[in-house]
Amino acid sequence: MSQKSETVVYYVLQFIALSAMGSLLLIALFILKEGFPFILEEGPSKFLFSSTWEPAKEHFGIFPMLVGSVWVTFGALVVGGPLGVAGAIYLVEFTPKGLMRIIKPVIELLAGIPSVVYGFMGVAVLAPLIRTYIGGPGLSVLAASLILGIMILPTVMSISMDALNSVPPSYKEGSLALGATRWQTQYMVVLKAAKSGILASIILGMGRAIGETMAVIMVAGNAVKIPNSVLDSVRTLTANIALEMGYATGRHRQALFATGVVLFLVIMMLNSFAMWSLKERRKK
Amino acid sequence: MLKMDIQKVDLFYGEFQALKGVSMPIQANKITALIGPSGCGKSTLLRCLNRMNDLIPNVRIQGTILLDNFNIYEPGARVEDIRKRVGMVFQRPNPFPMSVFDNVVYGLRVAGNFNKSFLAEKAEKSLKAAWLWDNVKDRLRDSALDLPLDQQQRLCIARLIAVEPEVILMDEPCSALDPIATAKIEELMNELRASYTIVIVTHNMHQAARVSDFTGYMLLGEMVEFGVTSEVFITPKDKRTQDYISGKYG
Repeated sequence: MSQKSETVVYYVLQFIALSAMGSLLLIALFILKEGFPFILEEGPSKFLFSSTWEPAKEHFGIFPMLVGSVWVTFGALVVGGPLGVAGAIYLVEFTPKGLMRIIKPVIELLAGIPSVVYGFMGVAVLAPLIRTYIGGPGLSVLAASLILGIMILPTVMSISMDALNSVPPSYKEGSLALGATRWQTQYMVVLKAAKSGILASIILGMGRAIGETMAVIMVAGNAVKIPNSVLDSVRTLTANIALEMGYATGRHRQALFATGVVLFLVIMMLNSFAMWSLKERRKK
Repeated sequence: MLKMDIQKVDLFYGEFQALKGVSMPIQANKITALIGPSGCGKSTLLRCLNRMNDLIPNVRIQGTILLDNFNIYEPGARVEDIRKRVGMVFQRPNPFPMSVFDNVVYGLRVAGNFNKSFLAEKAEKSLKAAWLWDNVKDRLRDSALDLPLDQQQRLCIARLIAVEPEVILMDEPCSALDPIATAKIEELMNELRASYTIVIVTHNMHQAARVSDFTGYMLLGEMVEFGVTSEVFITPKDKRTQDYISGKYG
């Protein structure tokens, strides 16, 4: 009897576990099926590198959005990367345990704030500030980078903190025993030992930044053109899909799926690279 | 000649007293061994000598430890300077995850030396002094973590020699090594005695008897007996030392 219920539980759990994987597979297949033929039909280079996006006239070039995504993501990394890594170092190495117990949950809370709230802050506070004090329309690459930079902080910080915490204490002791200061020990030994984990944290943060939609739609301005400066308005790949999917039909709809394929591939690539560098770390 | 002098040191981990009024002289260019059962405080005492205990929260230390008549616990004493003069080799070899060369010159770079030919010269000299040069001269750029354990430990010694400390502390330096590797390290210690003052913690009594000039026997945070090694081992004054050495205890 109990043997039988064991078997039942085993298969139920197996089904649940596999269904998560299965749905990922189905989503991937669906997007590929809907989008990939379009890319082939249109020609990959024309689809990726033509800069006219006028669905009404059957012009489907996603280059401005591609550039927009790259700018915004890069900007988010410039803002969030150094902040996140420096914050992680401070929290792991220089924060007393008591203070840590307050700061760490607050950072984790940052990850729980809905992205629309970040977007709202961007529209209501950040964009007017940029418009008034720096110039341009306010809704811009700069605004999107700052907002996304803050949004990726929890990812970058928590994974960097894991990486720093997993550096064997013996490295640190060895360095201090040779007369190194705490800061010298940090950048000459600990950071080197945690390098691959920190790299992974930045790549995963990058994946989040590329995939983020709601906050970006709200603060980036969404103009379909290649930006000339960080004060210009841009549209990202994700924003393009979200903004037009509601009314798109026919080839236009297929083109949006094809945009999804491009995004999917980019994010898969980033994630596998992050996995790989985390594995490198474990090997040591 | 007296190199260091431990005078009535008490150490507390929170409420627990790990060292009770410990005093011990450390003679220059001699090997002083600390023996005793696990938890007797010998490693704790060793780590007082280069202030490594400062890293542990809630540690309180009273008493005086002199290094050339200078109290290393004096307020305002620079810990980094003390640790440059009193270096340490750890129980498990802990080379940094970088190349052999970068490991050896680490301490020099920390001290602000970046001259390439100076570093290369120092690295060769230090590796030779640790009897490692012939093993690694063709693989200075390889990761130190790929070396066998005993070479890793000798690399840690070379790394220390490079910064020219005055005192070398060794915390059970052979416990991760096999007998042949242990013999090599002991031989090396014997050689290093000419230029350095060495303090070694070991729970291998035979090792203490083989390599040291002076021996201190510790039990439950107290220094039970201290003296010339041959006397401590052959004619111990304290009953407890005798029990430990004859194997009745520990």
